[in-house]
Amino acid sequence: MTDAASPSAKPRVGLFVTCLVDLMRPSVGFAALRLLARAGAEVVVPDQQTCCGQPAYNSGDSETARAIAKTVISAFEDFDQVVAPSGSCAGMITEHYPKLFADDEMWHARSQDLAARTFELTTYLHDHLDLNDTGAVFAGSATYHDSCAGLRELGIKHQPRTLLATVDGLTLNEMDDTESCCGFGGLFSIKFPDVSGAIVDKKAANVEAAESDLLLGGDLGCLMNVAGKLKRRGSGVRVFHIAEVLANMTDAPAIGEDAT
Amino acid sequence: MTLPSQGHAPQCHDFQKGAKKALDDAQLQGLLNRTLKDGFQQKRLASMARLPEYDDLRDRARDLKNHVLDHLDVYLERFEAEVKKAGGHVHWAKDAETARAMILDICLAADAKIVSKGKSMIAEEIALNDHLEANGLTPVETDLGEYIIQLRHELPSHIIAPAFHLSKNQVAETFKDHHTHLDKDRDLSEATVLLSEARSELREKFLTADVGITGANFLIAETGTAMIVTNEGNGDLTQSLPRVHIALTSIEKVVPTLDDATLLLRLLARTATGQEQSVYNTFFTGPKRDGDLDGPEEFHVVLLDNGRTDLLASEFRDILRCIRCGACINHCPVYGVTSGHAYGWVYPGPMGSVLTPHFVGIEEAHLLPSASTFCGRCEEVCPVRIPLPDLLRRWRMRGFQRGHPGGLQRFGLKAWALLAKHPALYAPIMRLAVGGLKGLAGKRGAFKRLIGAGGWTKARDLPAPQGGTFQARYRKGER
Repeated sequence: MTDAASPSAKPRVGLFVTCLVDLMRPSVGFAALRLLARAGAEVVVPDQQTCCGQPAYNSGDSETARAIAKTVISAFEDFDQVVAPSGSCAGMITEHYPKLFADDEMWHARSQDLAARTFELTTYLHDHLDLNDTGAVFAGSATYHDSCAGLRELGIKHQPRTLLATVDGLTLNEMDDTESCCGFGGLFSIKFPDVSGAIVDKKAANVEAAESDLLLGGDLGCLMNVAGKLKRRGSGVRVFHIAEVLANMTDAPAIGEDAT
Repeated sequence: MTLPSQGHAPQCHDFQKGAKKALDDAQLQGLLNRTLKDGFQQKRLASMARLPEYDDLRDRARDLKNHVLDHLDVYLERFEAEVKKAGGHVHWAKDAETARAMILDICLAADAKIVSKGKSMIAEEIALNDHLEANGLTPVETDLGEYIIQLRHELPSHIIAPAFHLSKNQVAETFKDHHTHLDKDRDLSEATVLLSEARSELREKFLTADVGITGANFLIAETGTAMIVTNEGNGDLTQSLPRVHIALTSIEKVVPTLDDATLLLRLLARTATGQEQSVYNTFFTGPKRDGDLDGPEEFHVVLLDNGRTDLLASEFRDILRCIRCGACINHCPVYGVTSGHAYGWVYPGPMGSVLTPHFVGIEEAHLLPSASTFCGRCEEVCPVRIPLPDLLRRWRMRGFQRGHPGGLQRFGLKAWALLAKHPALYAPIMRLAVGGLKGLAGKRGAFKRLIGAGGWTKARDLPAPQGGTFQARYRKGER
């Protein structure tokens, strides 16, 4: 860990960046840092982190998933809480790490300990830090996609919406079937491109029908999938991670948008 | 686990190809959208809204089924004893072949020519019709959907709506092709006309059938009763008109009491079609008694195992709670664009992708457990709370151990895993990779095509990386 521990009374939060944010869209990570700081947390980003292991776990490679999980568990041992800007990765840690170590008493205990301290970003901001003033401004409308793991594994539904209500000037238009899958499914989108493409086409049509300026969500994988489809369909809807809107970072190019 | 004796042969060996065929069929896509979303899903939601105790019932149903699975031998033996007491016969079939032979024997002993059939997924599982036909009998499906796909020699595409994949026009064409004794220029453009034509064709068969074969939704141990639900009443006619009735069913359908059956019935139709209950709920106990006005002279129950005992002892045990409502199928985003035939065998959708590898082997069916986004909606709607994504993942683990996926996918996964396990290696290599991609993208925010990402970019653009990894930028002091 590169950051020194601080003796303040603030909760000491470890940011689990997630591989997609790290590689594809660092601004989501910076947005998370700003939001957590604004809400009163002291945030540290351990450098010994890569991915939560879902690509291996969901491919049936439990051995690799366990090895990766061990590095995550070790990297985040010392934090009061661990926060990830993704329902899918947070759910992997809270719901699936303990299952991976069902036959290993020591690691099972450690995985349960991490699971109890791990939260998805909007849940943590809303439920634990009671953030109710983001100071964010966006003059326009947005629609919100409920990503599956966040919604069904972690019960994330009202938290992002309550937080979005603090954004000055933003109106939320709910799309039809917002709880249905976008067809991403991690490696599913690569293994079954035709099927995934047909599912995301429906999602993109629902987004367009919501007639909003923005599509927002809490998981970068789903957002890249839908943004890519919207762009292919010639839609002008701009796609951001919810953290970017809450942290007032919508002036930058949206996901998949050309730089000006 | 050994493979159960094979019943129906798989009709599609490659999910990808089957899916592609369905995706290219614009008419089928329209049918799927209308029937699933506006039909099954909306109706289920509406019926749930009228049942405040829905979630409580699901817990009770799960617990009931678990209890039965824990004491399956006890309840099956009680069921057998009660059937015998009522004058019926019970036949234990360890596999598909045995069940087919038992049923043929009963039919031959009854000197049967025509066999009427109610809808039974077990009959599909053991490919009963082909066997009866090969032995000179004429099986006639009496459920409208089953009748249509029997004429077309197709597998059902859905467990509760077998001809779900067909349009009204396709049904009309099928009838014109097969009902050749009728005027070929007749107008079949109205659904009601199709219905009455099927009804008059089938009425004749009901009356002339020597043996009637139905499935069973539940078997009630305390009374030796088999019960079925239908919406067309064909089950009742199949059961009561012929001289011999055979209930063909599988061992996990047994429940202890009539009250228990009622609990499951409260969930079954609501979850399946959004009906409060199916139109016909029929309980049959034994053959016709002295003084009864109707009913069969002989009553047989064929109890199929076909690998279910192995399932019971396996990590897939939970799937035996399934009451065949079809809700997981109706809510699956993958089934919603591929329909049922792509799954290749008798049971499609999430429950099918758990069952099929067991019945036809993981080698044949290795793609099915992967054909899920793990969105979790199947588990969310399951009336007996089967953890379907977890069960699918267990099959993926077994597949992975046997080399699936192989080739480039496995190599890529292993290479990525090597990096992901070693952060010190991962960071610099990923920084280079991201830099390269960003350089390639320039000011473009997304790729329309990219070597190595053909699967992705076939259907959608690939958003380009923003530039620099978060970790590198953060270490340089950016906040």
